[in-house]
Amino acid sequence: MKRLFKTYLEKPELAGLILLVLLIILFQVRSHGVFLNADNLRGILGILPEAGLVAIGVTILMISGEFDLSVGSVFALMPMTMAVLMVHGAPFPLALLAGLLVCAAIGFINGYVTIRFAIPSFITTLGMLFMARSLTVVVSGGFPPLLPIDLPNWLFTSFVGPGNMFRMSFLWFAAVAVLTSLMLSRTNFGNWIKATGGFLPAAASMGIPTARVKIICFMLCSVLSGFAGMLQVLRLGSPLPSIGEGLELQAVAAAVIGGASLTGGIGTVMGGIIGTTLIRVIDNGLVLSHVDANWFKFAIGFLTIFAVVANAWMRKRAKAIKMEG
Amino acid sequence: MSDAIISVRDLHKWYSGVHALKGVTLDFKRGEALGLVGDNGAGKSTLINILSGVHRADQGEINVEGRAVSIATPRDAMDLGIETIYQYNSMVPTMSIARNLFIGREPTRFSIFGVGILDQKKMAEESIRAIASVDLHLRSPEALVGELSGGQRQGVAIARAMHFKSKVMILDEPTNHLSVKETNKVIGFVRGLKEQGVTGVFISHNMHHVFDCCDRVVAMARGEVVLDKRVADTSIDEVHSLL
Repeated sequence: MKRLFKTYLEKPELAGLILLVLLIILFQVRSHGVFLNADNLRGILGILPEAGLVAIGVTILMISGEFDLSVGSVFALMPMTMAVLMVHGAPFPLALLAGLLVCAAIGFINGYVTIRFAIPSFITTLGMLFMARSLTVVVSGGFPPLLPIDLPNWLFTSFVGPGNMFRMSFLWFAAVAVLTSLMLSRTNFGNWIKATGGFLPAAASMGIPTARVKIICFMLCSVLSGFAGMLQVLRLGSPLPSIGEGLELQAVAAAVIGGASLTGGIGTVMGGIIGTTLIRVIDNGLVLSHVDANWFKFAIGFLTIFAVVANAWMRKRAKAIKMEG
Repeated sequence: MSDAIISVRDLHKWYSGVHALKGVTLDFKRGEALGLVGDNGAGKSTLINILSGVHRADQGEINVEGRAVSIATPRDAMDLGIETIYQYNSMVPTMSIARNLFIGREPTRFSIFGVGILDQKKMAEESIRAIASVDLHLRSPEALVGELSGGQRQGVAIARAMHFKSKVMILDEPTNHLSVKETNKVIGFVRGLKEQGVTGVFISHNMHHVFDCCDRVVAMARGEVVLDKRVADTSIDEVHSLL
């Protein structure tokens, strides 16, 4: 049992990975080999980065012991900000910078309010979910602005790689995944994030600036969500104010399925990515195996509950082990 | 005065109208194990929190090695060589021993604005040495703190303080919630501090534990020091009668 507990703490994403492999095999068989063909994979990999980047941010924030429900709204607000600025003549790089700054500011407000007033981040970011969505519609004036035609799609959405398998967005996603993973496991800041979420009093008593650590995680989460929203808008070619609705819950589901703990301290970037991939695979695989696509949300819901129950059980075991001696 | 490593003079602290510390003056002598006893609300924790940078005194003076200092954060206290080990355990159970040993003071290979790449080799090597130095026998520094018993965790906390060359180690009820065997182990650690020339401040409800491992006992009641004697010159009964 100790071994199992340890494996779970070191590789909380393992269970999700096993499930992912099983589902891929299942869908491959059920779809008579269509699931893993190049066209279908290209489709999955093309949209994976958008949900994946959000999940990375949410996972890291959850490891630090907090929660963000506003990611779906920030996902829409960031590209809308950019579109409106570009309509008014701002060049793309400037609009990009402004959009990311808006995200950073929202993340800062989420974190600052949560910590300053010692309220649950669930509430702060629930409020921000409504506010950011509202802002998105207000700045758009009700009509999605037209994007200029000379956007740097080559940098974000063009197909690249062998057989044009990936979009550029996938490379951004991969780069962010590697960097955040290394940050979490190989830097002192990653150590502070895990300590802050793992046991706040201990982290604080060892002199870690826990408030600052959390606020930075909030900001990172918002910036990654906004960036992901921009990728989606560039892919779709239009900044709809309704994009990203429900994404916040999918991202939390992805993090949890990937082994992140709701109480903080446990989780990996890889887990968040595996969780997201699992969700995308189920979405796609159900369609390909001629199952009514409305079962999609049922499957995600079931998986989430299953993952949390499994997590809670593991934590109870962990506590039992701690009480020994 | 010269043999005092920390001396506090006329320390006062109010908590929203409650006078928690009423002019405490106390010398902590170099290399001595001092037992701090008192009932709940006697002011022990307030005094300790001020020395470890959790709270600030409203009035009074703190000298460390003869120099007036200001301790604003836990980090300030650590930088002055004052390390505090709390009853709730200052370890993160979901992290490895090696990572816990270096929380907030991680060795890095290079860093920008204080953030850098961990030197994991150094962390592993030094944690093995640190654990061995307090005579704690653990399988591997990669073991999770959550797997350790309460006494072992306090041992790791003490190893951490030793490793960072702390001069004063404050143990805030380190034997709470521990079994008799584990308690003896922790008391052994406190005795070991003396041999290493570290000043120990041992806070406990249990008078027997204090008399077991301390040279001097200081009793507090209602925010004041009511007794300050060498253990040899007093008795558990005398201390009890004053609380």
